[in-house]
Amino acid sequence: MSTEPLLRVEDLESHFFTSAGVVRAVDKVSFHVDAGETVAIVGESGCGKTVTALSILSLVPDPGKVVGGQVWFRGRDVLGMNRHEIQDFRGSEVAMIFQDPMTSLNPVLKIGFQIKETMTAHHRFDRSQAAARVVPLLNKVRIPEAAWRARDFPHQFSGGMRQRAMIAMGLANEPALLIADEPTTSLDVTVQAQIIELLRDINRDLGTAVILITHNLAIVASLCSRVIVMYGGRVVESGSTTQIFEHPQHPYTWSLLQSIPRLDQPRDQLLTIAGLPPDLRRPPSGCLFHPRCRFRVERCLKEEPPLVEVSPGHWARCWVTMKKALADEPTRG
Amino acid sequence: MSPPVVDGTALVRAEEVVKHFPTGSLGEVVRAVDGVSFEIRAGETLGLVGESGCGKSTLGRVVLQLNRATSGRIFFQETELTHLRGRRLRSQRREMQMIFQDPYASLDPRMTVGEIIAEPLQNFGLANGRMGERKVADIMDICGLNPDFVNRYPHEFSGGQRQRIGIARALVLNPKFVVADEPISALDVSIQAQIVNLLADLQDRLKLTYLFIAHDLSVVRHLSDRVAVMYLGKIVEIAGSDDIYANPLHPYTKALLSSIPIPDPNLEAKRRPILLTGEIPSPVNPPSGCRFHTRCPIAQAICSEQEPPLESKADGHLAACHFPGKL
Amino acid sequence: MSTSAALLPIEADLDAIEQVGLWKDAWTRFRRNRLAIIGGTVVLLLVLDAFLAPVLEAAHLIANPLKQDPVNLYASASWSHPMGLDALGRDLMSRLMFGAQISLTIGVLVQGIIVLIGLSIGLTAGYFGGKIDNLLMRFTDVWFAFPDLLFVLVLVSVFGASELSIFAAIGLVNWVNLARIVRGLTLSLREREFVEAARAVGSSPLRIISRHIFPNILGPVIVTITFGIPQAIFTEAVLSYLGVGIPPPTPSWGTMIHDGYEAINYAPMQAGWPAIAIAITMLAFTFLGDGLRDALDPRMRK
Repeated sequence: MSTEPLLRVEDLESHFFTSAGVVRAVDKVSFHVDAGETVAIVGESGCGKTVTALSILSLVPDPGKVVGGQVWFRGRDVLGMNRHEIQDFRGSEVAMIFQDPMTSLNPVLKIGFQIKETMTAHHRFDRSQAAARVVPLLNKVRIPEAAWRARDFPHQFSGGMRQRAMIAMGLANEPALLIADEPTTSLDVTVQAQIIELLRDINRDLGTAVILITHNLAIVASLCSRVIVMYGGRVVESGSTTQIFEHPQHPYTWSLLQSIPRLDQPRDQLLTIAGLPPDLRRPPSGCLFHPRCRFRVERCLKEEPPLVEVSPGHWARCWVTMKKALADEPTRG
Repeated sequence: MSPPVVDGTALVRAEEVVKHFPTGSLGEVVRAVDGVSFEIRAGETLGLVGESGCGKSTLGRVVLQLNRATSGRIFFQETELTHLRGRRLRSQRREMQMIFQDPYASLDPRMTVGEIIAEPLQNFGLANGRMGERKVADIMDICGLNPDFVNRYPHEFSGGQRQRIGIARALVLNPKFVVADEPISALDVSIQAQIVNLLADLQDRLKLTYLFIAHDLSVVRHLSDRVAVMYLGKIVEIAGSDDIYANPLHPYTKALLSSIPIPDPNLEAKRRPILLTGEIPSPVNPPSGCRFHTRCPIAQAICSEQEPPLESKADGHLAACHFPGKL
Repeated sequence: MSTSAALLPIEADLDAIEQVGLWKDAWTRFRRNRLAIIGGTVVLLLVLDAFLAPVLEAAHLIANPLKQDPVNLYASASWSHPMGLDALGRDLMSRLMFGAQISLTIGVLVQGIIVLIGLSIGLTAGYFGGKIDNLLMRFTDVWFAFPDLLFVLVLVSVFGASELSIFAAIGLVNWVNLARIVRGLTLSLREREFVEAARAVGSSPLRIISRHIFPNILGPVIVTITFGIPQAIFTEAVLSYLGVGIPPPTPSWGTMIHDGYEAINYAPMQAGWPAIAIAITMLAFTFLGDGLRDALDPRMRK
């Protein structure tokens, strides 16, 4: 059995060429996903997590372009594919689902039809096979009365059900990797729990690898085994979920975790991160996070730190790291 | 956080408030709020939580009479608001204000920040010359905004800053009561913490009473003294903050709490949310008896026949359930 | 590498971000639209012409538009009369240039009346809704049902054919369109959160309408007005052509067409020049209006 990762992204770069300047939305991002793994890419708006996913599928919208790096999927060069190859690739080997299903689903076509179309478009199943797979797929995503519901239109589904329908479409061609971009952000918390549970089951039962893109750290804790933290278009920390949540090394990750109110902890003042995300047209010198970092030193203003392995499998892009910051001045924070 | 200065008297009181919206069809109404009663004491924060369609935002607006109630009564400091109209109602607004959810939509794009914040002062003749300018500058400062930017336009600010502008506008009159309608839902995670802290801070400094509406229960717990849970237009449980999270009596509350993810992988590995079956029913045609019975894991025959009243099940803890605490 | 973190002060969240203003952004987009610039320039030239015509005449650079020359009727072009003379021996070019005054005055005054009536009715109906809206809109519908031209003719015959009555008549007939547009915009604006916020801080309806609703409907209103001007010009031309418009001897393009119609076979440009003038003016305003609409459309912001 090969130990080559399912997906390997190396030094991926995507820039947006706007009238106000070049925005380096994805700036030399590297990571990998193994078969059957669940990986989270977390960060706030503007950090480049969505553009990273879109870049993998060559779906970056104008005025953006993938300008550098490599993406390998099962050993194949994805960025080098021509139009036909990439269209075949999308939706069958790698599928992506988006935040707002209402805009991703065609409002004038029945749900069942759209799912069937996903399959016939990729030629993996013929017409009759595709039709036969629709109801089982809807069942798999736990849509009740699937046979009836397949004949409904998107507006007849609730938000949670639409998201499940999207997942069904994503799974239709049995992809090895499912990329879910903020799949639960617009959903109620009970529905969110259902969707996360569903993704967990899919990962476990079908062996589909999942990349979960989100700003909600809490759902990451329940679903993913590895976490990649992005800020300003760069990867600033990556490691296993346990490493990231228990021993976050990058001040941004640490501050983020401190700023989330938790049900299981007493109600104290929340730690905040001062300032705003960086303007990527005129990024700060040195470390992108330094203007907002309470642990910065001189070097942070001048030189951007490289990604350093702070413990096995745990990488952080920081000159100081929390280990040192908390050790040096335990009274601070 | 310092303990709230709680007075015995109710600052705000709602009595059997009902708000129905007409749908296109004849005879059909959306029962957004269908008989809600509660009290808020001076100095406290009542959190109001629920999922989409529960009516919490509508209730917030009805309390402030931004929407008129279909029936029921709202009292503010023992003045009945539901009977007031026009100028008399407007004069009440000096004491009760609202913070809106969407920092992009709630500020007039064609007005400067200074004008936006000064508008409430102008409405009550308090904006005269220097005094007015001082008040605007002061409130901007208190809310963490740079007073030098008083002539800028909303689009020149980030989401978090715009929300601060909205908060400044709500507080410039020094009201007693503020309804905060999902004030942080539209903001990035790291900014949310700033605004939450700001709201807590302001409550202490300005002696405010809050009705804090949100769907994010972790945040609500953080800021509230008491929490009310709404489902399909009715309050199903009210209790003190710590109490409701430690000992939820209503099955819906329990399911809600179990669904909230905790950012701790070890804890999460051991938890399993109580997954509710089915979907939220339509507020046009709510289920008979207890509205939650169609999705409740412990529903019995009586639940579909008789609607349980919201009543005290333990000290200061009310729930509307035939079998409280049994889930 | 220093191991102790020198605590550098954190910049507070006080900076505003630079973004392009609404009007500046609109201007940039407008500038890029060639046709709109052309239209705007022509309109500008027209306005200049209207103001300068009497000046030029006083300086004897162009002829007196009213001065008749009984001997040289329908004279063809010459140095002193670049477009020739008309049926009464008056200089055509001068009349054309003075005619612009009437056309522009029509445009502006008529739109003024339309704006006055249309805005008031539209804002009131849109903001208050309910019975008031119903009443006003039914009234508007009835008003709209009257055939335009007929109505104007009636008004003109009742009040006499003077310039003022013509303007008033055209304005009175045409406010319905603006009223409906304003009402629609007001209705949708009323639901916006910042209007709700204004109510929450105790603003009276008058304040809300004047400070929140009106500035935010300015864009579409300006565009509607701009499109309305060529309509008014055209209406005047038709009226004058029918003989119930501007009374002689004031030169208006419509009257000039009316006068020139008789000579259409042997001196076609008598009617031709004024017709071209009307066409160019209408086109110019239309391009301008298109450009303004695109520039002011908030959805097209980058």
